[in-house]
This record gives sequence, C-alpha cells and structure tokens, in this order.
Amino acid sequence: MSTAVPVVGAPPARQHVSALTAHLVLVGRSLRRSLRDVEALLMAVVLPVALMLVFTYVFGGALDPGGGYVDYVVPGIVLTCAGFGASSTAVAVSVDMTSGVIDRFRTMPIPGAAVLTGHAVASLARNLVATVVVVAVAVAVGFRPTAGPGGWLAAAGLTALYILAITWLFTVIGLLADGPEAANGYGFALLFLPYLSSAYVPVDTMPGWLRPLAEHQPLTPVVDTLRALLLGDGTGEPLLATLWCLLVLVLSYAAAAWLFPRRRRR
Amino acid sequence: MSEPAVEIRDLRKSYGRQSVLDGVELTVPTGALVALLGPNGAGKTTLVGIATTLVRPDAGSVRVAGFDVVRQAEQVRRRISVTGQYAAVDEVLTGVENLRLMGRLSGLGARDARARAQELLAAFDLEDAAGRRVGTYSGGMRRRLDLAVSVLVPPAVLFLDEPTTGLDTRSRLALWQVIGRLAAEGTTILLTTQYLEEADQLADRVTVLDHGRVVAEGSPAELKSRVGGEVVELRDDLDRVLREVPTDGTLAGLRRVVDGLDEAAGPGTRVGLRRPSLDDVFLQLTGRPAGAAAPAREEVLR
Repeated sequence: MSTAVPVVGAPPARQHVSALTAHLVLVGRSLRRSLRDVEALLMAVVLPVALMLVFTYVFGGALDPGGGYVDYVVPGIVLTCAGFGASSTAVAVSVDMTSGVIDRFRTMPIPGAAVLTGHAVASLARNLVATVVVVAVAVAVGFRPTAGPGGWLAAAGLTALYILAITWLFTVIGLLADGPEAANGYGFALLFLPYLSSAYVPVDTMPGWLRPLAEHQPLTPVVDTLRALLLGDGTGEPLLATLWCLLVLVLSYAAAAWLFPRRRRR
Repeated sequence: MSEPAVEIRDLRKSYGRQSVLDGVELTVPTGALVALLGPNGAGKTTLVGIATTLVRPDAGSVRVAGFDVVRQAEQVRRRISVTGQYAAVDEVLTGVENLRLMGRLSGLGARDARARAQELLAAFDLEDAAGRRVGTYSGGMRRRLDLAVSVLVPPAVLFLDEPTTGLDTRSRLALWQVIGRLAAEGTTILLTTQYLEEADQLADRVTVLDHGRVVAEGSPAELKSRVGGEVVELRDDLDRVLREVPTDGTLAGLRRVVDGLDEAAGPGTRVGLRRPSLDDVFLQLTGRPAGAAAPAREEVLR
C-alpha cells in the first residue's frame, strides 16, 4: 500500500473517456478473450472443415456421383461455420451479463452497450478468419469457384453481413438467457437452420410439406446468392439475401439495445 | 464545509409489494468510513445499487459527491468505484490485463494505465500472480484485484458491498488491512457488511439496517455499549449451548452472571466467553434475531 497515491480530500473526477476509446478498448478485450479460448477457436475452424470433408467424401459420392458436390456444398458450409462461430457470442454475452463485470461497467462513465459491440466485432473478426481457412481447405479438396474479383468481393461482403446479423441475433439470445448454459442451448437450435435450407441439398428434393419452410427461410436466398456469386450459376437473389440479413441485423440490434439496460443481474 | 460525500434522505424502494428500503437516512462525511450493518435481506445491496446509479429509487434523494444519482448519473459515475460481493474481474484475462483494461476505461492513457497497474499489483500483494489468468486466483486474491481496479483512479467515494463475504479468515484479515490503509489515506468509503466485527474494525460510524429501516446509528463503541459486553455461554458435555447471558463488560457484571449460572451448571458443563455477534446486536436493537420476519407492515395492511 505504501506506493498507492495518498488521497487528501475528495479527488477530482475521472478524465472523460470518449465513446470511441471505450469501444476500442472493449473490442480489444473481446478479441483477447477469443484468442485465449483456444478450444472454441479450434472448434470454430476444425468443425466446419470436418463437416466439409464428411459432406465431400462421405455423402458427396451418393449425392452427386460426378464429384461436383463440393462446389454445391461449400457456400452452405461457409454459412454453417459462421453460425457456429457466432454462437459463442451468446455465451460470452451471457457470461458478462450474469457476472459482476457488467455492473462494474454500468457504474463507469462509459456507454455500457460498448461491451456488446466489443463481442460483436470480435465475432466478426474471428469468423472472417475461420471462413478464409474453410475456403482455403475447400479449394484444396476440389472447390473450383469461377468468380472474378467482383464476385469474390460481393461474396465476402454478403458473408460479413450475414456474420454480423447472426452475431447480433446470438447477442439477443445471450441477453435473454438465464445463464451461459441456457444461452448455449438456445443458440444450438439456430445452428440447425442451414440443414433446412438449400445449403446441403436442393430444396426441390425435400418433401412437399417441408419445402415452403426451406424456400422462405432467410438462409436459402443467402446460400443461393453466395453460390451464384462464387460459381456463377445464376440462381441467386442478391437483393432478397441482403434484405434478409439487414432485417435480422436491424431487428436484433434494436432488440439488444432495448434489452441491455433492462436486463439485471440475478 | 463541503457537502457530505454521500447524503441519503428518506430513500424508498419496493419490488412489487415487497418494500426493500423504507425511508432510509444516511450520511457519509468526506474522508470517513461508514459501515452499513445488517443481515441478508436488510436492503444493503439495493441501497448500494441506488447510490451507484444501477437501481432507480422510488422516492427520496440520494446525492453522491455532490450530484444527484438519478438526474446526474454521469457525473456520479465519474467519481465513484464499486467493489461488490461478486468480484467484477475478467477471469479469462490476467491480473495485469484486467488492471490495464479498466485503467484505460477509467480515463488513463495506455502508458499511465500500465504504470498504475504495476504500482497497484505491488501495493495489493499481487505481483507474483500478475501474469496469471484471474480464473486461477483464490477468492481473496480476486477481491484484492477487484479493489485495486476500484482505486486505479482514486474515487471520491468507494462503495464496498460485503467485500469479505465468503472469504476465509486469513483472506478477510488481508482485505481488512488493505481497506484500512485506503481509509487512512483519506478515501471516503461506504462499506456494507453482515459482520459486526468488520464494522468494528474498520468503521468510524455504523448504521444498522433492518428490513429497509435504520434501527441504530453511532460509533462502533456507542453501538457496542448498547448491546452490552461479552456474552457468557454455558455448554453441556455435548457442546450444546444451554444458556447465553449478555454481560455489561465489567468484571463485577461478569462475576454476577457467572454466579447466576450455578444452578444450571450440571456435571460436564463448561463456561465460555464470546464477543457479541450481529445476532446479539439485533436481538438487543429489534427484540428479535437477525433475519427473522419483521413485524410485517404489509401483513398488517392486508
């Protein structure tokens, strides 16, 4: 204690912290936490890669004996991987919300919701890196996209938008869940969505009662558009895909902004 | 003179029909350490929540460092720190990372935050653990780190909400030492506790809270004189308490009490002396044990 600064009378108020500084510091915190969690990081890359290998080498032969299935499935894998990687945001948010950390931030002169933005930006960064790895492995196992630079850029933009949208959706789940385990559980349900879309098999091969759901859920236009951008097969609906992502993003962000000040510990 | 560091007037807060704070008055002079003593459920944490801008009061006024906690929350937040019952530190980060992060968020530049972190790690006896993840820290180390975070930039008022609850005796003593030093350096502290001994050790003034109402206020010595002195315990051969008799703390008083126990003292009984506990304070001040139901107004009203 001898080195602590002695206080005489009431000390002056703290320096003002700009919203930008607060956001940058908290993004740094979330990135650091992401890098620390080696298991989650490995899972975020290894699981989609394993999934891709299984679909390409085990199911691929049956689904398309000509060997073209890898081209069909990679966009779906990319989105599945993004969803999986973003799901840890729900857990991270829930951990913060249910521990003393959040009350500490709330008693400081910083925008408390910067904590959420920190998690979201870290999720985006994490998943973009994972996506690059997945695409690289895909190319190694025979994925042959025909896209030019513009197509790649548009595909990357749509993927980033999708990651952000689903990240904020997971943030809302993290805010709503009673604890990290519950957040993990609810988040898991979302990860089934790709299987009920055109990600792995064309929708018209599904039974009639399932088709309307598969056709009209947001993932199908996003997957179709990604596939169209990368392979140029012309089935994409870029406008619909973008609107879906924006809609989910805006609604989730608004929900998070509304929930954050209202969710109390305990 | 400047106004008090904390000034609470007629503070009220209910959750639904449950009244948690029922007209509380509390003053913490600048530079003082005031303890808010009370059992679980007395309303201590709610009071700290309101004073630290986390919870909105229903009625009454709360001014901290000269600012209203509702209308001037931002000004209050620039002048307070809180160390709660649940250590508010990031378990995935190391001790030094926690301090640097919070230093930056407290308005220190990167270089200042780093220097201040080193200084506080040394001051709070955490240097050896600085590079370890907080997840590996003991309960006592976490609280010390949490406290270090709270004084990264010296606050005008430091709120300590049950800072030693759940700690073993050794960690508690270490934390008392740190709190005592902060207080000696002039930090204004409002501390809540369930332990009379803690209030006795650390506080200049003690306010006793029970079911959302202040039931006593005074210096630790004044309070203890109201409770009496040591308590004489008579235990049987199975160590069950047969009698508990408060004394007035004088030799003559003690002798009278011990003499009065003759008839109850069968074969194998032993006599002991202990300091008054919070339970004794409560029994004395409220006529019932700590935590027992209040002569509930709600029930009367229903």
